[in-house]
Amino acid sequence: MLFEGYGRLLWNGTLETIQLSLLSLVLAFVLGLLGAAAKLSRNQWISFPATIYTTLIRGVPDLVLMLLLYYSFQDALNRFTDALNLQQIDIDPFFAGICVLGFIYGAYFTETFRGGVLAVPKGQLEAGAAYGLSRWQIFRRILFPQMMRFALPGISNNWQVILKATALVSIIGLHEVVRAAQDAITGTSSKGAYHAFFFLSVAGLIYLLLTSVSHIVFMALEQRYSIGIRKPEL
Amino acid sequence: MIELIQQYWQQYLCGTPAHPTGLVITLWLLIASLGLGFLLAVPLAVAKVSTHRWLAIPVAIYTYIVRGTPLYVQLLLVYSGVYSLDAVRSTAFLNSFFRDAFNCTILAFTLNTAAYATEIFAGAIKATPRGEIEAARACGMSGLTLYRCIILPSALRRALPAYSNEVILMLHATTLAATATVPDLLKVARNAASDYYLPFVAYGIAAALYLCISFVLIWLFRLAERRWLAYLR
Repeated sequence: MLFEGYGRLLWNGTLETIQLSLLSLVLAFVLGLLGAAAKLSRNQWISFPATIYTTLIRGVPDLVLMLLLYYSFQDALNRFTDALNLQQIDIDPFFAGICVLGFIYGAYFTETFRGGVLAVPKGQLEAGAAYGLSRWQIFRRILFPQMMRFALPGISNNWQVILKATALVSIIGLHEVVRAAQDAITGTSSKGAYHAFFFLSVAGLIYLLLTSVSHIVFMALEQRYSIGIRKPEL
Repeated sequence: MIELIQQYWQQYLCGTPAHPTGLVITLWLLIASLGLGFLLAVPLAVAKVSTHRWLAIPVAIYTYIVRGTPLYVQLLLVYSGVYSLDAVRSTAFLNSFFRDAFNCTILAFTLNTAAYATEIFAGAIKATPRGEIEAARACGMSGLTLYRCIILPSALRRALPAYSNEVILMLHATTLAATATVPDLLKVARNAASDYYLPFVAYGIAAALYLCISFVLIWLFRLAERRWLAYLR
């Protein structure tokens, strides 16, 4: 057997990596939209907290934030349940992983979307208002499609970063592909030490495959959102 | 909380001269890997934009693989993967090199940042205005002189904003050293957190220190841009 019976484990790990990164992407995307809206708001009570959020999160390493948030929340929850004499509640690592990754990369998405929104000509939005569109309609029909065009390279970049950051959540105890590889290494250590090199390379190749596929998907999306744009011909 | 700070403040910042830890190690990892990575990236970027396919394609494959895989996997591969090979263990030099976690970390970080920096510099070289190169050719420059006097000074300046981003990301990446038992800032925070069961305080101090380093780096790059990109303002 090529994978010494650990193929199943690696496959499950890969699925978990994909699920984790997609769900984190959704959360980060939503947080990014909300954050960009808040940061662009003229009301200082709304824009200031959003500025604090993006500055703090982007200035601190993701691994530090991950450990800080995960262990602090668990600690706070334990103190809370102790105080009320309840049974200890353990935070599910998968759920925690999504929340933490989504929260961290939401800050990066905020900046991406803010740049995208600022790149849409103001006259377009005014024209929409002049036609009597509601604010939601303006967002849905005019702002969002054009903002996506400007934000797509940044989104693609952030997605690749999220995908690679899922490797870190094995440190807080998730069974994604890196942890699966490590389990396989522990399981096969008696059969020859070179397995460490082999399984880690396999994990690397799986990531390379995932990033390559997403690269292709984003190229297609970029084409979709640049319909109607004439490319400069050389 | 006060006890934790009293007990650990020295480890957070510098440790002892015999066993440096914390901030000092983090900065040393950052400077060493960025310095070596830069030295590697400049020739690689020149090779990547070269018209010789035999130079350009291997570099493109290298950056593609490194940028397509997580640094954590790369670090594990260098730290525990390479050392598991018999060929490495039986060679005295390789054996002593890969047995040391610090060497492995610096090697993995250098290879990683070199790949990203290569892409940044190659992009900047490609964006060099055509006229600059034509003018240099008209003055009789070619090959090494052209690169040394015209293309690289111009391209590296224009790469500064993107490179500053990479430096911040590299600062964030140094935290992975803690997983390879290197006593950097995060490793000290982890020890403190498990000693006192105060994760928020222990990691919070580390987060604040990292934030300070980020701000200093951003400020330094702003100064550098003001100095070297003055002509673009």
